[in-house]
Amino acid sequence: MAPTVALAGNPNSGKTTLFNELTGSRQHVGNYPGVTVEKKEGTYVRTHDGFRLHIVDLPGTYSLTAYSLEEVVARDFLVNHKPEVVINIVDASNLERNLYLAVQFLEMGVPICIALNMVDVAEKRGIKINTNKLATLLGVPVVPTVARIGRGKTELMDSAAQIIQMRRELTPLKISYGSDIDQALSEMEKEIETHHFLTDTYRARWIALKYLENDEQILARGKAVNPQLARRLEAAVQKVSHHLQNTLDTYPEAMIADQRYGYIKSILKQGVIHHKYDRNRLYSSDRIDKVVTNRFLGPLIMLAVIAGLYQFTFTYSELPVGWLEGFFGWLGSGLSAILPEGLLRSLIVSGIVDGVGGVLGFVPLIMFMFFGIAILEDSGYLARVAFMLDRIFRIFGLHGSSVMAFIVSGGIAGGCAVPGVMATRTLKSPRERLATLLTVPFMNCGAKLPVFALLIATFFAKYEAAIMFLITLGAWAGALLVAKLLRITIIKGAATPFVMELPPYRMPTFKGLAIHTWERTWHYIRKAGTVILGLSIVLWAMMTFPGLPDSKVQEFETLRRAEISRAPAGIAAELKAVRDGAELSGPARNLKERLRRVDAAQAEAGLRHSAAGRIGGALEVVSKWAGFDWRTNIALVGGFAAKEVVVSTLGTAYSLGEVDPEETGSLSETLARDPHWSPLMAVGLIVFTMFYSPCFVSVICISREAGSWKWGVFAMAFNTLLAFILAVLIFQIGSAFGLWVK
Amino acid sequence: MRINLRHMRDNQVGTIASVKVAGEMGRRIRDMGLVPGTEIKIQGRAPLYDPVALRVMGATLTLRNNEADYIEVEVE
Repeated sequence: MAPTVALAGNPNSGKTTLFNELTGSRQHVGNYPGVTVEKKEGTYVRTHDGFRLHIVDLPGTYSLTAYSLEEVVARDFLVNHKPEVVINIVDASNLERNLYLAVQFLEMGVPICIALNMVDVAEKRGIKINTNKLATLLGVPVVPTVARIGRGKTELMDSAAQIIQMRRELTPLKISYGSDIDQALSEMEKEIETHHFLTDTYRARWIALKYLENDEQILARGKAVNPQLARRLEAAVQKVSHHLQNTLDTYPEAMIADQRYGYIKSILKQGVIHHKYDRNRLYSSDRIDKVVTNRFLGPLIMLAVIAGLYQFTFTYSELPVGWLEGFFGWLGSGLSAILPEGLLRSLIVSGIVDGVGGVLGFVPLIMFMFFGIAILEDSGYLARVAFMLDRIFRIFGLHGSSVMAFIVSGGIAGGCAVPGVMATRTLKSPRERLATLLTVPFMNCGAKLPVFALLIATFFAKYEAAIMFLITLGAWAGALLVAKLLRITIIKGAATPFVMELPPYRMPTFKGLAIHTWERTWHYIRKAGTVILGLSIVLWAMMTFPGLPDSKVQEFETLRRAEISRAPAGIAAELKAVRDGAELSGPARNLKERLRRVDAAQAEAGLRHSAAGRIGGALEVVSKWAGFDWRTNIALVGGFAAKEVVVSTLGTAYSLGEVDPEETGSLSETLARDPHWSPLMAVGLIVFTMFYSPCFVSVICISREAGSWKWGVFAMAFNTLLAFILAVLIFQIGSAFGLWVK
Repeated sequence: MRINLRHMRDNQVGTIASVKVAGEMGRRIRDMGLVPGTEIKIQGRAPLYDPVALRVMGATLTLRNNEADYIEVEVE
């Protein structure tokens, strides 16, 4: 197998750009086992001799502590897979801060090679770096690169290959952390050595260092392996810690960090770096920020950008979505024509084709959304959005970056929760991310709109705009309040520190955007697609089986025959012979309408008889508290497949045959006439539709993104319960006060 | 004069004197280069006056006000 090279570096150091530049299309994305952190792997092939290297892109980190998931993943990879060499990408225009990670690699004794990236940007900023001197002082190769244009790529890989060939045992870097810590460190090191405490995985001094840094992962491992020694080591750390707090008013971990930076400063001071200008000088990026994050202009620009992203995602994807819908419609009707009528046709057309169409129908939406977000992310604007909105979202236990997911899901009515759920990938704080994931489905996605449109047109036609606005506000209020509720109950925990970098604005590269977009879209198709297809077949079966008994079918057949024989002679023949769209004579139209009514009545009876119908009937016991009858219940069960199905299922349940969600005139009239329906029940149903279980595509995406089926099930159960409680409250209180009655 | 980072004015320059917090918060703050002896400059604040953006060693970092509370700065 080809030797492994790991790419490591701070976020925004150009690591992903370098990875794309090295591997090109020879890469694939997976997940690290058990966590949702993306694992990117690829192959580098040297052009002149075909020499191959296996390249792993580690998650971007600032440090090698064990606080964030990314850091744990990166560290575990280094320890467990022992890559032959680690290429540490360092932002040359930000050398001092970036070397903090490099020093930690050196302390660990990992063979590294430094890619001094973005030397062009550094030069423009008047920063001159003496590469040779830096290499000598650090004792590792340093290669200047510009990843965006591939400069220095060959030299870098040659240097990495050299390290692999030499197989030199590296002596870990020993920094002095001050006499108190140094003394404790060497004592602990000795104890660790003599007891072979975790030493098959880590070096003794490094273990001792991690004990002093209070590293949770190492502490837990130590406790599991040798509890007595672990306790002794912890006691030793306690002692130094007390001493440091009493004498210097500081903690060992702070002391260690300070000394690392001190070490970096001492190296840079030896003529490695030369600044031509004042370091606080403002660059064009800062000047942009003066406008873009301005107190007044900032929010306005942000609104415009968000509206633009929304327009871009939902307007421009309409065309390809239309093509896909057209294609699957054509495929469905084509297959209907070829296959004989019966269960097989129903399964293939209504179960499989509609199911696959449902999965792929989201693809253009997801691609456009990710492309738009990739532009915002790669250019650096997303970090500014988080910066500006954090104050508001923090109140609800969320993060400034949560806003994108909410908007895409339908924060402006008409989004989609599936790309919204996937947009939470840009959130780095795990608790805030989970709370966002679970609340984005409350937003009013495009599929809920036909349901609202139907009910508003039927019962509140005069106040259409006002009610739509209230619904949008209600969704935001509901989502934010539930997020708060989750954050003080089951996703409890302090806010993840916000400390983050505002990267300088950069022009995104098309290659980067394309790779970004494609890998996330493909992830959706591969992971969600298979499960969704299976579930759509299950839902189809629930609404089809058990079929009507033969005697019933026979009854409808007799009714049909009776209608035909009652019609004047020759009319039935005319109806049969005529082609679609042609003018019919009066009596023929009459007969056609009568036959359609029989078909619709049969469909209603069939639906009532099916498993879904029975569930709907059985649910009446509970749902009557919210005023929903079995027809509404089935429609809501159907809405689990996709929310717009609520409308078409209601149509079938009211014997109207297939109802096009865009054309609901007749259904609207039926509901208005039905004595069971009242404006009050409509309000309850609108609220229920807003909040109840996300559609199953969203549920699957939630499970995937949260890393456990538990959360998908939670979203279904919790949201439905919440929606039901709200609907019951509305119906009962409304009934008691006689509100919105007919 | 030593003041809390929260109370610094826009564009004010200072040198970090101490970072008094341990655990995850302390770690994150230090990982980003906010250690005693580092020179910082307040670059600006978000529209709702929180978080605050700082210039540190040529890069821009953001901190919430309640996180900035842990940092004491020596200013002129």
